[in-house]
Amino acid sequence: MTTTISGELTRPGLGGGFRDLRQSSFLLKLLVRKELKVRYRGSVLGLLWSYVKPAVQFIVFYVALGVFLGLERSARNPDGLSNYAVYLFSGIVLINFFSEALGNSARSIVNNGNLIKKIYLPRELFPVASVWVSAVHFFPQLVVLVIGCVVAGWHPDAFQLLAAVGGFAIVGFLATGLGLLFGAANVYFRDSENLVDMLLMVATWASPVMYSWTMVESKLGPGFFALYQANPITVGVELFHYAFWYPTTDGSAAMPPNLFSLWLPVGMVISLVVLALGQLTFRRLEGRFAQEL
Amino acid sequence: MANAIEVSNVSKEFVLRHTRSIKEAVVWLVKGRKGDLSKKFHALKDVSLMVETGETVALLGLNGSGKSTLLKHISGVMLPDSGSVYTRGRVAGLIEVGAGFHPDLSGRDNVYLNGAILGMTEKQINERFDAIVEFSEIGEFIDTEVKFYSSGMYLRLAFSVAVHTDPEVFLIDEILAVGDEPFQRKCIAKIQELAGHGKTLVVVSHDLDLVSRICARGVYLEHGNVLFDGPIDEAVARLRA
Repeated sequence: MTTTISGELTRPGLGGGFRDLRQSSFLLKLLVRKELKVRYRGSVLGLLWSYVKPAVQFIVFYVALGVFLGLERSARNPDGLSNYAVYLFSGIVLINFFSEALGNSARSIVNNGNLIKKIYLPRELFPVASVWVSAVHFFPQLVVLVIGCVVAGWHPDAFQLLAAVGGFAIVGFLATGLGLLFGAANVYFRDSENLVDMLLMVATWASPVMYSWTMVESKLGPGFFALYQANPITVGVELFHYAFWYPTTDGSAAMPPNLFSLWLPVGMVISLVVLALGQLTFRRLEGRFAQEL
Repeated sequence: MANAIEVSNVSKEFVLRHTRSIKEAVVWLVKGRKGDLSKKFHALKDVSLMVETGETVALLGLNGSGKSTLLKHISGVMLPDSGSVYTRGRVAGLIEVGAGFHPDLSGRDNVYLNGAILGMTEKQINERFDAIVEFSEIGEFIDTEVKFYSSGMYLRLAFSVAVHTDPEVFLIDEILAVGDEPFQRKCIAKIQELAGHGKTLVVVSHDLDLVSRICARGVYLEHGNVLFDGPIDEAVARLRA
């Protein structure tokens, strides 16, 4: 809502994009708080579900992939990844953040259709609030991850911590941009949310969360590996590995080449371009939300 | 006096799309493209409306005449296909009260959430919170979840929040059927008080006796056209004729 002085005439209904978010930061805060309150209402475990779900997911993957499929390094399996549990979990928390953020923001406009049809407010608030809520849910998982890292002998330097912030930002921007895009498209075609579910399933496996990037490089060759690396989620996951897993190992594991000189900027640029495209599409489509919902 | 609302030559067309699945489209193609896949519907045809600051205007007409669509254009929920809409100052709508309420939140949380949705700042809500609760007569139930409210309590609280947003332009869409007789009288008194303070009111209602008490000017719409624009008594007489 624009806070104009009562002296000038304004056109109602024309949003200012992300500029509106600053003016409605109070509303954004309340929407986030509402989501957090409502999420686990009526459940006995409450917020504990935010720990239980990733914990179970982690155990399943660890046993199936680390133990059965032999990704964990052990005396009988010297080619495996050392501290595979930390490796796995640092990727999972980031993918979980991305999945929840994109899945919820893609549905946010349709779910809040009742409100959007009746009252004008900056509609970007809904996808952005969804991403924000996911970031809040990401936090307890991060705490668990850090505890796990410390147990495994984590000794990060400042640069490695910065890398984690960078990875989180890349994935956050990407989720917001795609959330705006698919959230707006979902108003017109409900295929959008199904497409998102499919994308999320692919995203989990299209970045080195479960496996190591070296396996991809040896199978794909340099050309396709560059394509694989250009996925911002891949860059985000690798940055998380660099920040959380790498400092728990003896340092003999190889990081993907040019991670900082090339792929970090590439991932960031792609994420920001997606964000800009998402915002642009959203603004073009939002004028007709009220009549299409 | 300056205009609070300027609606100039606004037209709005709705596409009534029956379906957009591939299956239906293929059937339509196979059948030799008989009929239209989508139907169009003119909700507003070249409507112009100037409202001065402090005026009280009633939009009258039968169902489907375009009253609510016009109101949605003034509030900014919808954008016109052609023509332009301008408003001066903050516009707040009582368009179906309680749209922003969440049943699982307490009355208190809902007051803040709905107040912010209607454009109030944190400070404004803090200042007016007691007045809102007092007006709504909710009392001790303010910390109860809204889903346990009776429908009357729910509407009273929603109306109370909306009426305390203090906008320059107030849009009211068929909400005066809220609550029991005494509360309804209280609402009308409040709306008349707002009008007395120089607020601009635009009211949509089928209760003709009520609007003739609140509003001075009546705009009679039919099928998206303005048929009459003038004193409320004449507009009501035309609609009744």
